[in-house]
Amino acid sequence: MKLIPHILTRAVVVTIGSFCILPHGWTGEWRGNIAGEFRYFPQEPLDPRQFDGANFSLAAQPEYYTQWDDGNQLFVFTAFARLDQNDDERSHADIRELAWTRISESWELKIGIRKVFWGVTESQHLVDIINQTDLVENIDGEDKLGQPMVNLALIRDWGTVNLFVLPYFRERTFPGVEGRLRTIPPVDTNNPIYESSDEEKHVDFAARWSHYFDIWDIGVSYFYGTSRDPLFVPNNDGSALYPAYNIINQTGLDVQATVGDWLWKLELISRDGFTDRRYTALTGGFEYTLVGLMETQYDLGLLSEYLFDDRGKDSTTPFDNDLLLGGRFTLNDVQSTEILAGIIFDLDNDSRTAILEASRRLGDAWKLTVEARGFNNIEFNDALYNFRHEDHLHAELAWYF
Amino acid sequence: MNIRILLAALLTLPLFNSAFAETPEEKGLTIAMEADKRDTGWKDQKSDMKMILRNRQGQETQRQIRNKQLEVKGDGDKSMSIFDSPADVKGTAFLSYTHATKPDDQWLFLPALKRVKRISSNNKSGPFMGSEFAYEDITSQEVEKYTYKWIKDETYEGRETFVLERYPAYKHSGYTKQVAWVDKEMYQPLKVDFYDRKGDLLKTLTYHGYKQYLDKFWRPDRMEMFNHITKKSTTLTWENYAFDNGFTDRDFDKNSLKRAR
Repeated sequence: MKLIPHILTRAVVVTIGSFCILPHGWTGEWRGNIAGEFRYFPQEPLDPRQFDGANFSLAAQPEYYTQWDDGNQLFVFTAFARLDQNDDERSHADIRELAWTRISESWELKIGIRKVFWGVTESQHLVDIINQTDLVENIDGEDKLGQPMVNLALIRDWGTVNLFVLPYFRERTFPGVEGRLRTIPPVDTNNPIYESSDEEKHVDFAARWSHYFDIWDIGVSYFYGTSRDPLFVPNNDGSALYPAYNIINQTGLDVQATVGDWLWKLELISRDGFTDRRYTALTGGFEYTLVGLMETQYDLGLLSEYLFDDRGKDSTTPFDNDLLLGGRFTLNDVQSTEILAGIIFDLDNDSRTAILEASRRLGDAWKLTVEARGFNNIEFNDALYNFRHEDHLHAELAWYF
Repeated sequence: MNIRILLAALLTLPLFNSAFAETPEEKGLTIAMEADKRDTGWKDQKSDMKMILRNRQGQETQRQIRNKQLEVKGDGDKSMSIFDSPADVKGTAFLSYTHATKPDDQWLFLPALKRVKRISSNNKSGPFMGSEFAYEDITSQEVEKYTYKWIKDETYEGRETFVLERYPAYKHSGYTKQVAWVDKEMYQPLKVDFYDRKGDLLKTLTYHGYKQYLDKFWRPDRMEMFNHITKKSTTLTWENYAFDNGFTDRDFDKNSLKRAR
């Protein structure tokens, strides 16, 4: 009778022990964050079905990572989920990453669901096209849905060539009927229209060459497949918009020159197949940093970017001839306090979009982020006309582990 | 280090030793070059660094950073730093190619966006991670980054030292002058006083617990930086120094930065 518990104990100890040490070099770890969010819209919504005033939301993003084979093989899993008080479409979950990586001296192979970022500018990300935007998260377009892919990187003296096969398309997320920061009428994500008869199973391809010489960081990219940006088609009674995803060819260029305190940036795309003709769009500008502002430890970065689209008034984006002026204030303190403020001016009319982002660490594991956006003087023909009542304040308190 | 300076040193050293007395500037440079020579050939290293920030009231905050370095012949070293804490910057990684005379090349990887950003290396005088260490205090110290002047020999805490002044030869330094107490046996600093742009004493750095690796290379296991103006201080401790890791340039490129953990 006494022997059995003893053996059991030993078995448990040995099992736990071997789990800790085997296989050799296995170093799995969890990290992530849980965040509470508050949003407040001072103006009445345009559609009475949208919520008025405040909204609470809770999100979690756990991440598991392990490596073996002397660090030459990696596995990463990142899940994301949000629960939203008012918007059913914003309550959603996604696998951000679930991928295996094999690394060699001259190549890297990555298979699975991943997130890939291309580009250099701050105001918008034209060149970045691999992942679909998780638009319900934030209209800044920086939150992305996980993209299934096979990615081979060839690493040569003359640069890195990344080849992508993207076998499955992710639809963009849009706020639901009750949600804010949406089009009028709302987007019906249950009825997407695809140009390809393969619909979301159309296999997309992409390639990018990137390199660095001296002050230059440069990337040239090409994408063929389902456009991540949809066009919108109203339904019969005008109560909803159907997203329409065309097959496009997009060639992109991103360049940054780092010259002393100046960062000069350019992103350029040429896209075919999206609307009736090939078009060109660009973002170009600079960030100039005043280091140690007036003999303090603070830095002030001055940003300016010009946003252009050669379709002009027919553009599907609000930024066809616009100018960003902004500043990034970095306190360089223990709490890593940062404030970013900017205004995007439409140079064809008086429409203005103002953005303020501030963040600060609280203690060791908490971070407070505050964002405010204002849509000012938006004219009837501007693509942001739907957002003319969508000024908002956004505060997020995140706990990191 | 720079080949031309090495050659110049080889050509001029016998002269100094035989006939002529060195000027204090020549002696200062000779000591700096000897220190550099003795610390050449380590090839690569890695270490775990802990940073303890202390404010005027003595409240502490910690940061943990893993470092990897690759020695580059004829140029500055390459280094990669991966941040493990505070938790909100976990996974952030910093890649730097230091150069003796032209500005360093630096990239930052932001894990939330999966974005690699090339950053300006002009911010030398700014605080590193909110600490009392400036970026210029923790990057690779190439001989050409300073001009030198030997002041005197002195016993510091029971060790024989050279006392040197060094003046930053690179742009955007926060200092006009540094005074270093260099141990005569190890050719490593035991203490450095930093003088700000107005010429006032700003900070003092002391080095503790030197250990010798590969029978040749001395590394401290602790550094203490004290700011005389703000009364704040930062302690850096190192653990798990490892050499001969077989690192190559591939471990210090933008591809490896993107998957640094």
